[in-house]
Amino acid sequence: MLPTLRHAALAAARRHTVLAAALASLCAPAFAGTVTVITSFPKELTQAYKTAFEKKHPDIKLEILNKNTVAGIAYVRETAIGQRPEVFWASAPDAFEVLGRDKLLAAAPEVDNPAIPAKIGNYPINDPKGFYKGQALAGYGIMYNTRYLKANKLTAPKEWKDLLGHEWFGHIGTTSPSRSGTMHLTVETILQGEGWDAGWNTLLRMSANAASVTERSFGVPDGVNNGQFGAGPVIDFFGLAGRYSGFPVDFVYPTVTSIVPANIAVIDGSKNPSEGKKFVAFTLSDEGQQLLLDPKISRLPVLPYAKLAGKVPQGYPDPEAIAKRSKVQFDPNLSEARYYVVQSMFDQTITFRLKELQGAARAIFEAEKKLAGKASPQAAELLKEARGLAFTPLVGSDLAKDPRFLELFAKSKKDAAVNKEITGLEGSWNTKAKANYERAVTLAQQAAALAR
Amino acid sequence: MMSRFPLGPSLAALLVLAFLGLFLIFPVGTVFHSAFVNSDGSFTLGHFSAFFDQPLMKESFINSLYVAVMSSVFAAIIAVPLAYFTVRFEFRGALLIQTLGVLPLIMPPFVGAVALQLIFGRSGSVNLLLDEWFGVSIPIMDGLNGVIFVESLHYFPFILMNLTVALRNIDGAMEEAAMNLGTRGWRLFSRVIFPLALPGFVAGTSLVFVKVFDDLGTPLVLGTTNMLAPQAYLRITQVGLEDPMGYVISVIMIAFSILALYMSARMLKNRDYSTTQKGGTAIQRRRLRPVESMLAYGWIVLVLLLTLSPHIGVLLLSFAKVWSFAPLPDAYTLAHYETVFADSSNMIGNTLLYCGLAAGIDVVLGTAIAYLILRTRLPARQWLDWAASAALAIPGIVLAIGFLRTFKGVEIPFTDTLVTSSWIIIVIAYAVRRLPYALRACMAALQQLNVSLEEAAESLGAGKLSTIRRIVIPLMAGGILAGFVTSFITAAVELSATIMLVSRESQAPMSYGIYLYMQSVAGRGPGAALGVLAVIAVAAGTYASHLLVERTAARLRATRAQEHES
Repeated sequence: MLPTLRHAALAAARRHTVLAAALASLCAPAFAGTVTVITSFPKELTQAYKTAFEKKHPDIKLEILNKNTVAGIAYVRETAIGQRPEVFWASAPDAFEVLGRDKLLAAAPEVDNPAIPAKIGNYPINDPKGFYKGQALAGYGIMYNTRYLKANKLTAPKEWKDLLGHEWFGHIGTTSPSRSGTMHLTVETILQGEGWDAGWNTLLRMSANAASVTERSFGVPDGVNNGQFGAGPVIDFFGLAGRYSGFPVDFVYPTVTSIVPANIAVIDGSKNPSEGKKFVAFTLSDEGQQLLLDPKISRLPVLPYAKLAGKVPQGYPDPEAIAKRSKVQFDPNLSEARYYVVQSMFDQTITFRLKELQGAARAIFEAEKKLAGKASPQAAELLKEARGLAFTPLVGSDLAKDPRFLELFAKSKKDAAVNKEITGLEGSWNTKAKANYERAVTLAQQAAALAR
Repeated sequence: MMSRFPLGPSLAALLVLAFLGLFLIFPVGTVFHSAFVNSDGSFTLGHFSAFFDQPLMKESFINSLYVAVMSSVFAAIIAVPLAYFTVRFEFRGALLIQTLGVLPLIMPPFVGAVALQLIFGRSGSVNLLLDEWFGVSIPIMDGLNGVIFVESLHYFPFILMNLTVALRNIDGAMEEAAMNLGTRGWRLFSRVIFPLALPGFVAGTSLVFVKVFDDLGTPLVLGTTNMLAPQAYLRITQVGLEDPMGYVISVIMIAFSILALYMSARMLKNRDYSTTQKGGTAIQRRRLRPVESMLAYGWIVLVLLLTLSPHIGVLLLSFAKVWSFAPLPDAYTLAHYETVFADSSNMIGNTLLYCGLAAGIDVVLGTAIAYLILRTRLPARQWLDWAASAALAIPGIVLAIGFLRTFKGVEIPFTDTLVTSSWIIIVIAYAVRRLPYALRACMAALQQLNVSLEEAAESLGAGKLSTIRRIVIPLMAGGILAGFVTSFITAAVELSATIMLVSRESQAPMSYGIYLYMQSVAGRGPGAALGVLAVIAVAAGTYASHLLVERTAARLRATRAQEHES
């Protein structure tokens, strides 16, 4: 009898231990100094910072929580005060604007590295309201696959306009500004650098040459890396890190480019704000800035190169020089004002109508080829009209500046009437774009027929 | 007289309902609320009319429908012969075929699409070689056709698994009777065997349909956005998380999925598929004639090659140093595996733990719901089915946001840990999202089980509970296991909810790790390596559970044989 009882007691005790262990494993390894960083940055970068920071602060544990920017914002927003992660770290400045607007960021004026200049070009490195800091710089440009280019007899591009010719048809990978903060910046850079109408012409023609509009910004460098695309618009470190890793790829900054900061901020309502600030301070310190130069990371520091004496590799891009050379005076307020209009126009007339847009471009290129060397004013007129239909933005520059028009998109879509008006407008863009592209095909075919 | 509310079933129904209410209906409801309210909180249907005003939405709807139907058709074309061959004929490696037939499900859909692109894409190995040899390329991965291609390869196992179980459960006497009456070949299959296995086929096909209808990863990776799921996702995940249009699309998708499942249920209603004998005399296995054998093997090898191509792609990628615009990688390395083992070995354990628990919850709930629906007369019991099945159409991100919102600040009892920052919430999300798979499998198994077996047990004095425990569950074992395996492996590749609910890297499962590594420009090698490990881990689990079921079946047969002898 007794042994059985003891067995039962032992079993019960064991069950308890198991239960306790299970409960314990549910609870975080909750020592006081845990800093959780929400970031969209790749693992090579975060791992380097984790190792270096924990070495410097052995009492603090750094937890990296990788989420894409949008999921990251949602996560912070849906987490209770006092339980939120400590730091938000991402490329897209608009994410920080959204977080700031929703009062999810804590100003940390004491966290600073005085050697970091206030501006890069004419762009302020830190948030004027003090809620977030510039931590690295990023430029925008073209990444291309040399092996692919050779196989398809294409010349390496230097400027955006180099990607617009018929020889590039089907060889470009691009993404949508509504999916990617960095693509939004690229689109705005082109629109601000070339002007609204000319800029859209470039964007439409470049997209018409695209094989696909990828789901996220990473799809473009990835596709160029593995040779699915010949070239595409990317943020610089994608191209640079790809090249370092041995892929047959290269990266070029066109003259229409902007250099803007990638940011870091302390989240309001976190568990360990003071430790969080220590991490932000570390990323801004000379030591933290040097980590960016690791070839696997290949990001541009915000700290001037003079302060990083001797640590900058040969041939490393110099953000100051690129910013000086750039034709664009990037205006964040202008970008902000038409933020949703640009995204929506891109999606309705390019992303969701890619097949029709490609069709229009194909018909135009074929007609051009047939008409080459044959002077037919009538055909030229038809082709001009076809190009106009295919490559002119549906919203002209005047309307795009109209505050009343922009105001509509700034209103809350939760309001059914507003939502209906916006979606109605989007629907009409979509239908109009489709009709235009189809009409362009017809016109181009008519022009081509004249060549016979 | 039986009461309308017998105690046991009512209690069970309440428990199931409580689970569904707390972890599905309420959280999703809090999110869906957004589809029906103005910014001031007043009710409106305006968002829906805005939806129907958009021609793009109509086009997306039609495209989604087309892709779902075509994928179901192709999936059936792949799966039906495989299932039939393995059950009906003496066949070497039948078990291997079934294990391999499960492999497509083991790979996260986005990884599968990435890998298929490496093989069949515009600069994939096949097209590069075709171009080099013949100067042609096949646009198999383009547009809607690409989506159909990937989806049917990815989801045909749903039909294969359910149909195999159903075919196994057919009473061999039926076939014998038909053969005695002179029926052979195609006629035997199409008039006798297939109709008897219809519940399994419909269960599988409706799953494929709904799953494809709501799948997001594949169209997104292939860049096809004119479909409903991508439209909803793009809306919800743009920085404007509060855009009601995404939720409107979700509501419409859920309504449509429920409709599809309802129609499949209607198809089977009022027909009896059950046979009274199980296992004893299963369908006879026949030897194939040489020509038949060649055809059968030819088909199987072709399907296996297609099915395995993403795995081959990922395997190559995991060893590749650099793989760019070439049929094969430039050079090979083991470094990616080193990286994974050094950084992320805990993810493998997490996946097994979470998915095992979730699948366990699923089969318990699935068996309970199937029993309540098919064996009791509780009013409104059909609603349990619909509610559970609706989970199939809930985008992971919607469920996850619902959880974060519903359980904001709630602590796990007796601890000071938040529900939302523990891994329990991930398990529950997996269980909820995978419940429909288990439920379909359990329903099909129970549908094929004649109620007279239970009545016999009861008339011999067994109580309800012991009848269920001793008769129903053992006889349903095959179906329950199929449900467990499907839930387990599909949970293992779940990503959208995972991304939202993981609150610490230490609690991350493999799917999250694969996604994370795949984001790296320095190469997707470590992601592919983790993907290979995931495939191996889950395949081993699947194989083990198959062995388990075979052994159980063998033991049942042995017991029965003993009973016969004595």
